[in-house]
Amino acid sequence: MRQHTLLRVCTRMLVPLILIFALYVQFHGDYGPGGGFQAGVIFAAGIVLYALVFGVEAARRAVPATWLRILSAGGVLLFAGTGVVSMLAGHNFLDYDALAGDPVAGQHIGIILVEFGVGMTVTGVILSFFYVFAGRGRRD
Amino acid sequence: MTAQLPALQILLPMLASALCVLLRSPAGAWLCFTLATWASFAVSVLLVLATRSGAILSYEMGGWEPPFGIELRIDALNAFVLLIVSGMAAVMAPFARSSVLAEIEQTRVYLFYALVLLCLTGLLGISITGDAFNLFVFLEISSLSSYAIIAMGPNRRALLAAFQYLIMGTVGGTFILIGIGLMYMLTGTLNMADLAERLPAMADSRTEKAALGFIVVGASIKLALFPLHAWLPNAYAYAPSLVSALLAATATKVAAYVLIRFIYTVFLPERAFDGLMLSELMMALAAIAMIAGSVVAIFQHNVKLLLAWSSIAQIGYIVLGAALVTTAGLAATTLHLLNHAVAKGCLFLALGVIVWKTGGARLSDLAGLGRTLPWVGAAFVIGALSLIGVPFTGGFITKWYLLVAVAEQELWLLAGAVVLSSLLSIIYMGRVIETLYFRAPSQGTTRSEPVPVLMLTSVWLLALLNVAIGSYSEPFAAIARTAAGQLLGGTP
Repeated sequence: MRQHTLLRVCTRMLVPLILIFALYVQFHGDYGPGGGFQAGVIFAAGIVLYALVFGVEAARRAVPATWLRILSAGGVLLFAGTGVVSMLAGHNFLDYDALAGDPVAGQHIGIILVEFGVGMTVTGVILSFFYVFAGRGRRD
Repeated sequence: MTAQLPALQILLPMLASALCVLLRSPAGAWLCFTLATWASFAVSVLLVLATRSGAILSYEMGGWEPPFGIELRIDALNAFVLLIVSGMAAVMAPFARSSVLAEIEQTRVYLFYALVLLCLTGLLGISITGDAFNLFVFLEISSLSSYAIIAMGPNRRALLAAFQYLIMGTVGGTFILIGIGLMYMLTGTLNMADLAERLPAMADSRTEKAALGFIVVGASIKLALFPLHAWLPNAYAYAPSLVSALLAATATKVAAYVLIRFIYTVFLPERAFDGLMLSELMMALAAIAMIAGSVVAIFQHNVKLLLAWSSIAQIGYIVLGAALVTTAGLAATTLHLLNHAVAKGCLFLALGVIVWKTGGARLSDLAGLGRTLPWVGAAFVIGALSLIGVPFTGGFITKWYLLVAVAEQELWLLAGAVVLSSLLSIIYMGRVIETLYFRAPSQGTTRSEPVPVLMLTSVWLLALLNVAIGSYSEPFAAIARTAAGQLLGGTP
């Protein structure tokens, strides 16, 4: 890809925009179309584009595989942890009403936290898949 | 906190699974696994105590009331299955430490434990949920993680075995999903209790019969009921020892639970069994499974394969009791879920110690080990006796209950099949025991260090449990009767 200047320059410009758009989809998810899954896929797609143009090694330096494991597990913990917090507050598992005095505010906080957990796990898992398939033959 | 127990039952292994990934160290992951399984066992004991008198616990996930939200619904049968699954995992946790270190690559041990915990989460989730679609989701969680842990087996053939299981398991899962989709199309609800109320109005529609057909076939694949059993022997034989033991003791039990739950609670037995000849079909397949599984087991040289084929025969007993549509039959089935789990778990764990010691599970690897490893050999013999159904072991209790239930219906041919299958099991277990005690030890390379105490603890806990249930089965039998009564008494 070294000789494709156009691709390299465009990618440099596009990747940050894709990542920001992913975050927009993530945090807009509780009001409009979007949510954690879509955001996670878009975020991972941004990194995949970077890897396709600059090489998997460069992508691995930018987003190491170790982080992805932490991200995948951390997302599950954030999702389930939100539920545990509402249990500790005396409500049922994942009852967001417990998260704030006002039920509406509680539902907002709950859905944002949970969707962020989904986004983290989806990003982590999709990129892990990509690294495994792109790096066939090498082990880490 | 009692009100939160149903959620904790699934949450504990799920959170522990994520923690394992973060911990990364093999020892830390094992500790996390052990604590999570013990805690979840404690929860299931409390749930059994709460439901054994016939009470039903309902838990609204996220505070959304059923049938709109997801409901966890626990009656005597659920609680009993939860007890089996979490109890088996808890007992096997001490065994896991050395066995997993010996069989799984060091860098992958933490991922292995994370996947085993996810598989447990799925199995417990299937057993606890009162929502049909939620059941499918948990089924996929447990299936996907079990494909991965089977593929981690030490032999390259584990990959092919896992792939076969993946294909068959996916077909099974999809069939169940199609069945659930058809029911949703008919009634617009996914809550099992609500489905049971609404389905009778659609009783004569072809869609309902198709839904039942899809679910029965799908669950039979996961259950490995003859002739849909082809995936099971290799999957159990080439998986890591812990996985063979754990899946043999729990996964097929949970699949049997799914079959029983859908037929008895969602479709209601009178409609499920009338007109479709489901009862006769299940009895015939169960009888073939009992005999064919045992006959094939006699000719196996790999003891893991032998035990796997014997599982197929034992699944026959489980299905036979469920097909009788009587309280006695269902009670026998429920009890056999426990007794087969304990007996097969004991056998697979004892075999796991032998694999740890010699590196193989062929009959020739076992030669003479009864003398060099007396404790392991003795535990294997107890497990084998229970599998055969000798008095004072758990296996005898269920065979007795099953024979009584079959005799009640005057199905003498089936009673003959049960007895014949037991006689055949004497032959195949006898071959193994003969090799263990009366053959000269082979000159293979064996590990020189003694068998770890933790491994022996697990094996002997299960061996003693076999004897304990065989000598005093009343508490479990009482739960089984309550469960059978609830299943036949309409909605849970």
